[in-house]
Amino acid sequence: MNNNFFEVLRPGINTTYQDKGRFHMQHLGVAPSGCMDQKSYLIANKIVSNQNQEGVLEFAYQGPLLKLTKGKTKFSITGNVIFKIIKSNNETINGECNRSYDLDEKDQLDILATKDSVYGYLAVEGGFAVTPFCNSISTLSRANIGPNNGKKINLKDKVFFKKDRQQKNNFSIDVLSEKNNVIRVLKGPQFNYFSKTAQKEFFSQEYKITNLTDRMGMRLEGKGLENIVSTNIRSEGITKGAIQVPEDGQPIVLLTDHPTIGGYPKIANVISSDYDLLVQKIPGTNIEFKCIELKEAEEAFKIYYDKISKDLNNISILK
Amino acid sequence: MFKKLSNIGDCGIVCDFGDEVNQKINSNVIKLFHHVRKQVLKGNLKGILNYTPSYNKLIINFDLQKINSSTIIDFLESVDFSQLSFSQNKKKWEIPICYDFAMDLKNISKTLKIDENEIINIHLKTIFFIYMVGFIPGHPFMGDLDSKLFLNRLKTPRVKIPAGSVGIVEKFCNIYPYESPGGWHIIGRTPTKLFNTKDNSNPCLLSPGDIVKFKSISKKEFENLNNE
Repeated sequence: MNNNFFEVLRPGINTTYQDKGRFHMQHLGVAPSGCMDQKSYLIANKIVSNQNQEGVLEFAYQGPLLKLTKGKTKFSITGNVIFKIIKSNNETINGECNRSYDLDEKDQLDILATKDSVYGYLAVEGGFAVTPFCNSISTLSRANIGPNNGKKINLKDKVFFKKDRQQKNNFSIDVLSEKNNVIRVLKGPQFNYFSKTAQKEFFSQEYKITNLTDRMGMRLEGKGLENIVSTNIRSEGITKGAIQVPEDGQPIVLLTDHPTIGGYPKIANVISSDYDLLVQKIPGTNIEFKCIELKEAEEAFKIYYDKISKDLNNISILK
Repeated sequence: MFKKLSNIGDCGIVCDFGDEVNQKINSNVIKLFHHVRKQVLKGNLKGILNYTPSYNKLIINFDLQKINSSTIIDFLESVDFSQLSFSQNKKKWEIPICYDFAMDLKNISKTLKIDENEIINIHLKTIFFIYMVGFIPGHPFMGDLDSKLFLNRLKTPRVKIPAGSVGIVEKFCNIYPYESPGGWHIIGRTPTKLFNTKDNSNPCLLSPGDIVKFKSISKKEFENLNNE
């Protein structure tokens, strides 16, 4: 067994192992989890020549400070992240996202903050050495599922990685960031539970993303929506991106770590192609919802996915 | 047979079996769930990621990159319900319960004007059917309790309920797999672990459609089992 590891000198706010997600278990109460921003996840792996399903570390707002105690590696950071590399001779390099860097023994990686965004990703060449549970290394901290006993990364933890640096070259990918605050949705199964006025208001008003937002859900603040049928429904399965409206009329978008079933009426559902964009919005941001049809959503997903594929193929060697 | 198929978002299908909540309708939901799951595990319907049965609905979630809703709807519409079986997947469980850990037995007894021992007897006599598992990992929703024990949720939910607590609401009974907040009336506690995060092949004890009967144990037996 390889013994390469980082030591955690500062854990960051919400640093967890994640990958594509854990599936085929929602009927047992296990939410998919996985990386919130799948696009940044895929890019992080590609830059360090990993398989696209390899696990990464996800962090929110403030990332970890890691010391490479043993071994040498190549890493990438994606998202919109401010970070520094502190070499063992105290030389400091200001890091750039969407490219790889070499890291040697005794170097430190200081992931200071995500900028105008929530989540960032750290991938290392070859991946982290953690044990999967039911085919995924994703952490679901609410249920203690995943590596590290299902917990967030903590101070003094050791973060093991599978192998020493192999690849000589470093790579980069040009990623264009989107700045749109309009999130497209499909009508939800209980859309008709809301009054005509509420239906109109939902699509015409701005919603503020509140601080009560995490991997499980995003609470929004706006003019309360009037429910004319019932504020409770028979519990039913939850789909990522569902927008439920409890009694107080304030919508909650259910995110990657959502409960598997729920009993509030759902007015709408965020389309798959706008999900990455939504989860990166910081609290305080005002967003709007635009209603589209299923065909348009499927078309939008094609465009979203083609764009990621194009980005992934546009990898270039750094000179 | 389902009554209606519809989309939920662009990567979900709802199979709606009607408004009623009873074991007959739920058995159809679970039959379809087993059928879909079997097909997916066989490697058919590539791209289906999850299939979540609830009282009267089955929700199927999928990866839009690999499959789309019309393919799944075509598949669902071709399902012959008369060919689906249920019994082979049904497991029977005996779950130990210690009623000494009840938090609400006294209040229930007062509200319903039924003796505490009688409440326990009704609970022990009931053969529970698992309608669904979820909200959090391993959490079963079981029925049907005698209508004599019908109760609404607690007006003020508790902030913390210990893991293993057994609760009742309406005609349903649940077991809290994790320490969590909750609004059910707690009548006892089980030492049985419902979800094992270290067991890759079979992490979850109970599945939708399984049958559960409770067995009364003493506090001492509870502690012995709990320490195992």
